Amino acid sequence: MRELEEFRRVARDPYTYAESLKKETGRPIIGSFCSYAPEEIVVAAGAVPFRIFGTRENITRADAHLQAYACSLARGSLEEALAGKLKFLDGTIFPHTCDTIQRLSDIWRLNAGIPLHWDVVLPVKLNTESARDYLAGVISKFRRDMETGLGVEIGEDALIEAVALFNRIRGNLNTLYEMRRKSPGLIDAGDLHAVVKSSMVMDRRDLAAKLEALVEALRRTEPRDVDGLHRLFLAGGVCSHPEIYSLLEESGGVTVWDDLCTGTRYFEGLIAESGDPVAAIADRYAIRAACPAKHASLVSRGDHLIRAVRESRARGVIFLFLKFCDPHAFDYPYLKSSLDEAGVPSMVLEVEEQLPPEGQLRTRLETFVSLL
Amino acid sequence: MTAVNTITPSAADERKIQSVKRMKEIMTAYYIDAKTAAENNKKVAWITSGGPVEPLIAMDVIPVYPENHGAMIGAAKMGIDLCERSEQMGYARDLCSYARADIACATVDGGPIGGLPRPDFLVCCNNICGTVLKWYEVQARYFNVPLFIFDTPFIHTEFSIEAQKYVRRQFEEFFVFLEEQCGRRFDGDRFEETARLSYEALHLWQDILDTTTKRPSPMTAFDAFTHLALIVTLRGTRTAVDYYTQLREEMLGRVARGVAMVPREEHRLLWDNLPIWYRMRWLSETFASHNASLVADTYTSAWSGMGDHFDDKDLVGALASSYANIYINISIDRMFESLKKKIQKYEIDGLVMHSNRSCKPYSFGQYDLQRRVMDELGVPALVIEADMVDERAFSEAQVDTRIEAFVETLRQKRVS
Ligand code: SF4
Ligand code: SF4
Repeated sequence: MRELEEFRRVARDPYTYAESLKKETGRPIIGSFCSYAPEEIVVAAGAVPFRIFGTRENITRADAHLQAYACSLARGSLEEALAGKLKFLDGTIFPHTCDTIQRLSDIWRLNAGIPLHWDVVLPVKLNTESARDYLAGVISKFRRDMETGLGVEIGEDALIEAVALFNRIRGNLNTLYEMRRKSPGLIDAGDLHAVVKSSMVMDRRDLAAKLEALVEALRRTEPRDVDGLHRLFLAGGVCSHPEIYSLLEESGGVTVWDDLCTGTRYFEGLIAESGDPVAAIADRYAIRAACPAKHASLVSRGDHLIRAVRESRARGVIFLFLKFCDPHAFDYPYLKSSLDEAGVPSMVLEVEEQLPPEGQLRTRLETFVSLL
Repeated sequence: MTAVNTITPSAADERKIQSVKRMKEIMTAYYIDAKTAAENNKKVAWITSGGPVEPLIAMDVIPVYPENHGAMIGAAKMGIDLCERSEQMGYARDLCSYARADIACATVDGGPIGGLPRPDFLVCCNNICGTVLKWYEVQARYFNVPLFIFDTPFIHTEFSIEAQKYVRRQFEEFFVFLEEQCGRRFDGDRFEETARLSYEALHLWQDILDTTTKRPSPMTAFDAFTHLALIVTLRGTRTAVDYYTQLREEMLGRVARGVAMVPREEHRLLWDNLPIWYRMRWLSETFASHNASLVADTYTSAWSGMGDHFDDKDLVGALASSYANIYINISIDRMFESLKKKIQKYEIDGLVMHSNRSCKPYSFGQYDLQRRVMDELGVPALVIEADMVDERAFSEAQVDTRIEAFVETLRQKRVS
């Protein structure tokens, strides 16, 4: 499908895309680490938010700064920066999440050689009045800091426009996910992954149009027959291993929904388009599905997972974790037992830079799927 | 290979810190109180080591510290068993071993004191790490009790106005939470009294740590690790103030008499990160055998550093700054400034960094700090790999070799 080509290309090589975008438009490119980076403000400032995904190559340079017991996202991203591959970045945003990102921010600021640096020190809890006020305060502060850093003024109109743009983007991503949940043969999981990944990288106006075109094209598409495959749900952190989707299919399963940083947690929840845009941006963070490094309530993550799994009519859940990722590892026993109680089978895959050897992985997936 | 063999019994006796006995009595009484709290109609709150404990004490709630308990588990060498148990429960081996040991311990009432008393509620302050948030969530679900989260935004380049306001406001919320839990009005006067006592103990603790600026040093970081128990568990009480007054007297007496903890103190070292609880004695003897004295550390002074923010006219504001600015809640550049001051103050010859698999926020950044200490201050720095409670991450042979090579470097530097 023609509408997918650009997404595939960007996802395969986001750096080249960003470099040429910068050359063509002269707009600053701003790196970020997670779904809590207020991208709306970046866009309103005339810059392009660029999600950093780490590397899959051997890590050598980062060894001088980070112990081997840091997650591969932190180590891999630092490796890319130290290797000079992120030279196109004008700055980086570090939203406060886990202990690893917290320290990576310092190490990055002092070593990565990227001119601008913003720490967005979010609250860790999202469910009290003072935390929400603080959250809104932090986002206003980020807006001011970004103005100073980039030497621009972020007007109210630009911000309102950016909010509307992100609602369009997130709405379309959500539509895509829903279409696929209904009919998983409509688009390959690997392609959908490429769409989400490039959504975190591309010029957002261009992206919004392309997403709409893709949704339209898919409406006219006849889905491939996947009736024989078991419906599966992916839960966890970042997925930088799209090959897992084809492996899954070969093992008899097909993913129909997820709760991933590189999935629904990026686009779930719209921003209110009335009232103060900064407060509205903050509100979305407070109500959307929480990442495990944030506290919304003692049970919100389990409840959310069960609800999403039910809605997706998935037969089983695959947890996908990066090794050494504390927040996810702490939640795992709780989430697993929530699923057990709900009668949903699950398995866990722990990955480092590389997936486990293919043969071994295939056997595990096949065994899991065959038991569903 | 240890120096201990070569010393006469009387000299060894003189080196012993007399107050230890008193401290053990206090800690035993404290744990008995905590374990019998329910019978005495007292509430028990579990709280993180860097958490704002003063309001609890003011409300007669007994604070219990899972981290202190974790240290006891480590020192009793019961860590592996409990850690393995937590792994069977599904917790990854890469998580903090205090958390793993505690989570497992709660289900079996294991460990050196048969488990901690059941909490009525939990208080989690994330000024030490994000791990405690997840850990306390687990325990709040397990015990089905309320959790109060005291959120202290991390200080990278600034303690922003927004953050200051936020931390302050949470004190008010904390008071209200306590009123709900205890079913009575918050006692503001007692709170102020507690806060003053807390600062008094913190200042005394600083004085005690400062006695090691003298040569030879009357105690080492290993002693500080042991005596830290009270500043963690009982700050805010008269007991802690009295105890540290006594300990300070003893240390000043030792300074006056020239009693050295390491008999032939040659190299003065600074320790970074948590202790390796299950190898305290071995490490202490190993360093002593090389005439190396660990005269200071970044860990126990994390508490005394809180004393710097004292303001008698605004105790809530003072506590807000104290808790937010704690050593491990600041960026590595700020940590470097603090290391630099310590290196000058205690006349440090070398830095020993414990790269602690359990504690990511304390350990990540150490390589950068190590480089800066060596390049900018010309002080040799060593990194040893271990874990504070989980012995499986410790290789005695490797650590021994590293320490030996490090001391050799120090020796050569001294000669040249
Ligand atoms: S949340 Fe997990 S994967 Fe993400 S940076 Fe932190 S440790 Fe790494
Ligand atoms: S050892 Fe480190 S990670 Fe564990 S509770 Fe303490 S500060 Fe947190």
